[in-house]
Amino acid sequence: MSGFDLRKQVPNVVVWLLLLTMPLWMNAVGGYTQLGTQVVVMGLAAMSLNFLLGYTGVLSFGHAAYFGLGAYGVGMTIRYLVPSTGIGMLVGTGVGALAAAIIGPMIVRLRGVYFAMVTIAFAQVFYFVAFRWNHVTGGDDGLTNWTREPINFGFATLHIEQDPVTFYYFVLAIFAVAVAVMALLLQSPFGRTLIAIRENERRTRFLGINVNFHIWASWLISCTFMALSGTLYALLNNFVDPRALYWTQSGVFVIMCVLGGMRSFWGPLVGAAIYVVLQDYLSSATPNWMSFIGLVFVVAVLFFPRGVLGIFRRKSVE
Amino acid sequence: MSFLRIENVAKHFGSLIAVDGVSMSVEKGECRAVIGPNGAGKTTFFNLITGMLDLTSGRVLLEDQDLAGIKPAERVRMGMARTFQITEIFPDLTVRENIRIPVEIAAGLHLAPRVPTARRAELRARIDQLMEEGGLTRIAGRYAGELSHGDQRACEIMMALALNPRLLLLDEPTAGMGDDETHAIARLIRRIHRDQALTIVLIEHDMRVVFNLADKITVLAEGRPLAEGTPAEITANEKVQAAYLGGAA
Repeated sequence: MSGFDLRKQVPNVVVWLLLLTMPLWMNAVGGYTQLGTQVVVMGLAAMSLNFLLGYTGVLSFGHAAYFGLGAYGVGMTIRYLVPSTGIGMLVGTGVGALAAAIIGPMIVRLRGVYFAMVTIAFAQVFYFVAFRWNHVTGGDDGLTNWTREPINFGFATLHIEQDPVTFYYFVLAIFAVAVAVMALLLQSPFGRTLIAIRENERRTRFLGINVNFHIWASWLISCTFMALSGTLYALLNNFVDPRALYWTQSGVFVIMCVLGGMRSFWGPLVGAAIYVVLQDYLSSATPNWMSFIGLVFVVAVLFFPRGVLGIFRRKSVE
Repeated sequence: MSFLRIENVAKHFGSLIAVDGVSMSVEKGECRAVIGPNGAGKTTFFNLITGMLDLTSGRVLLEDQDLAGIKPAERVRMGMARTFQITEIFPDLTVRENIRIPVEIAAGLHLAPRVPTARRAELRARIDQLMEEGGLTRIAGRYAGELSHGDQRACEIMMALALNPRLLLLDEPTAGMGDDETHAIARLIRRIHRDQALTIVLIEHDMRVVFNLADKITVLAEGRPLAEGTPAEITANEKVQAAYLGGAA
């Protein structure tokens, strides 16, 4: 109530400083620009999932479906329809949102593990379509023979197709808008009703809230941003294959949220950074990199039950 | 016309008859207590009124409108707020946020992407006022889950009141509390009843609280209505003494 609190802004300032300066220091610490881009893309995906998981208290184990729909949406649009990155991203995000809007009403009555199981089932449907429909999706080999196109604004052209640093800042700009929208929603009266559902569903219903409708809305918002991050993922790799839709990918997003901290806004981004960097480093060192990531996950859950950022929990005011 | 009219309601769970032919009429501004021994069907009766359970037979009418087929959340929007036997609050949010959420819902903002600037001061004043009335101002910044039983209950009652209800249903508001906390909650309920002329129906085990607060008492036993009347009439009723008070009162 005391208005603008400077101390509350410290995490935001630190995160944005690191993200904005990333191309300057990434090489010096042994990374490369595309790795940073991957962190931002996966961070957006994990934060999108966390809108539903951490702030509405609903566990989806099938978010890879919407990630993959976004990825295939942009890839197939560029390859088959129009060579335009912008239109491809709109189509990919739109297709993911549409699928979520239609599937949502069928599943929002379910809770807990039943909800999670049904989200996996729906996601696997999309996976098998991408896997089997060879002549359109490229099947197991993935969708190739397309690349991200430069974006023409009329007065200037943004060459995201060549320079990785330009593409990084393009991704970061999209990330910034998406994250700002999610942050504003979470601080709104609507966002507080979602947190209320997470805290106590029965109480929320008996405050007169149509809980299933609010869960549907949260699911739709979450899946839409998930699809958006999927489009960026496809553009980053100039490639998409069915593994982007597979249920283990959904699990990876959940792991990122838990690792970084579901109750913290930036937690999933931190979780994504840890996961992506570890994966990059370990997979070049050993083919058994998954077991090491599993080990890190177990240790993190033991020592940081609220995630890495969970140690900064707000203090109760006496 | 009674404000709340319950006509011959029954609830069967298979062969178990939890509530069997109970009728009750509550007038506007009345404070009605529902009492009865454990297993008398009081909470089931409450759940039939609020729509948490479907009726096997009978009718529930609020201001002559039949509530059949109306979902719990819609009944809340019609002005029926309730608290639960086991306190239902938002444990990981502060007391202020616990109160703020129903205040914003009552203001019709539950789907709003932001609070209109013109309404900020009004909503803040309303939150402050509710916390003051409930004696919560001193603990506004505490997490609700950390509070004492009595403070949590006061918080829950103020959350229900934040909705500006026309009918307040309280399921054992002093259950499991010590004497001091019981007094504080009873005082709070009496103040709400007196100052706002709010219609209240409460289930209560503590007879001191019941005789202190209630205008009229309905006694249930084994799912059936046993007696109804003023506190004095109930105390004098031999059937009630035999079945419920065990002759000790």
